[in-house]
Amino acid sequence: MKKILAFILTMGLGALVIISLSNNEFFPEFGMADLTERVSIEYITKGSALDVIFNQTNNPESGPANIVTSIVIDYRSFDTLGEVTVLFISSLGIALLLGGAAIPKRLDLNFKPNFMLRVGSRALFSIIIMTGVYVISHGHLTPGGGFPGGTMIASAFLLLYLADDQFRAKIKGFKIMESIAGSLYVIIGLIGLILADQFLENFLPNGTVGVLISSGILPVVYILIGLKVGSEISGIIDHFLTEEEVL
Amino acid sequence: MNMTLTDIIMIVVSVFLLLIAFFAVHEKKLIKSVIFLSALSMLSVVSYVLMKAPDVALTEAVIGSGLVTSLFIFTLLSIQKKEDVQ
Amino acid sequence: MIQYAAILLIFIGLYGLLTNRNIIKIIISLNIIEIGLNIFIISIGFVFDGIAPIMTSVNNSSALIYVDPVPQALVLTAIVIGVGTTALGLALAKNIHSKYKTLEIDEVEES
Repeated sequence: MKKILAFILTMGLGALVIISLSNNEFFPEFGMADLTERVSIEYITKGSALDVIFNQTNNPESGPANIVTSIVIDYRSFDTLGEVTVLFISSLGIALLLGGAAIPKRLDLNFKPNFMLRVGSRALFSIIIMTGVYVISHGHLTPGGGFPGGTMIASAFLLLYLADDQFRAKIKGFKIMESIAGSLYVIIGLIGLILADQFLENFLPNGTVGVLISSGILPVVYILIGLKVGSEISGIIDHFLTEEEVL
Repeated sequence: MNMTLTDIIMIVVSVFLLLIAFFAVHEKKLIKSVIFLSALSMLSVVSYVLMKAPDVALTEAVIGSGLVTSLFIFTLLSIQKKEDVQ
Repeated sequence: MIQYAAILLIFIGLYGLLTNRNIIKIIISLNIIEIGLNIFIISIGFVFDGIAPIMTSVNNSSALIYVDPVPQALVLTAIVIGVGTTALGLALAKNIHSKYKTLEIDEVEES
């Protein structure tokens, strides 16, 4: 009885929202969005009157050829700093909840992996790490960037945890790298405040659009974010798979 | 009606999204619900590619298939191990 | 079509949140709400006959018709925050089970 009432209530609310959105003059139809009425046209043309041409324009307002990267790291970089803080707080909470073991050891489940699985997964581990480093470092030219590349590095470590029964990564090294990468992001912002009068301002020259070495400090910031996200999620996976050693 | 291949795939993906979400909420066993959630995440990657958003599709493909599903399964395994010991 | 499916997905997740008693099913319903919300936000920025917002050697000018890049930047952040929230919720569920020996929220009583 309660389930039928809840179903009718939520589907009724859903129909109400759909009907009120389709008769609205402020909400455009699906696919008919006019970009010149929004702020996105300033981000696409990079604020200049001439067209920005790939591999030709020198020193535009923001360097990357990937427009989403220039929004995440350059125009709205303060929101990315907030998101890095939220990830840090969730990793801190998991370490407090699950990290109370005095002598940690691997969780003892009932299956034992094969010898070939244990050895062969190390070859695959190096290929996944190389793909992750490629996606992180080409974040301003191709789709990707720091966030998917960092989680690719974390899933390489997940592969090693799944294929071997006694594997534990060096958690102390991960936590030190995570703290150093996070602090360096804020320190780069403070250097921008000192040198160029705005927090997180790009203080190196921008170069040509579309070349690998271009757009100032933005690849450096993405490498720091990738390292931080990768080591954080590897630490979370390790906390889920260890338990207290009972002597 | 003049529908291209893109429109047909959009309608099929929308119908499957709603069906799989309803099964995931209504299922009794926990492990089946987790597998339905992973399939829902993969269908959302298809709809991100259809709406021309490659950055978001890459991020959701890596996170939805590998990390979130494996965290759910590790929790379920350790809960089952504690219930076997008792 | 995908916009209607995304709004209904949010409300299916809300129905799951109202009727389930198991903690793991509640976390799964929260994840369904987040997936529906991300699809809806990206569908706001879609333009018919637009191209993906990346300049390459083929689409090399900034005067072509692009899809809106601002919702994609917002959803990129939202997906990673969803992972952090889910991981914290699962750690709490593990600790609740090890203390109260049950996962239903009806049977958790003050002892």
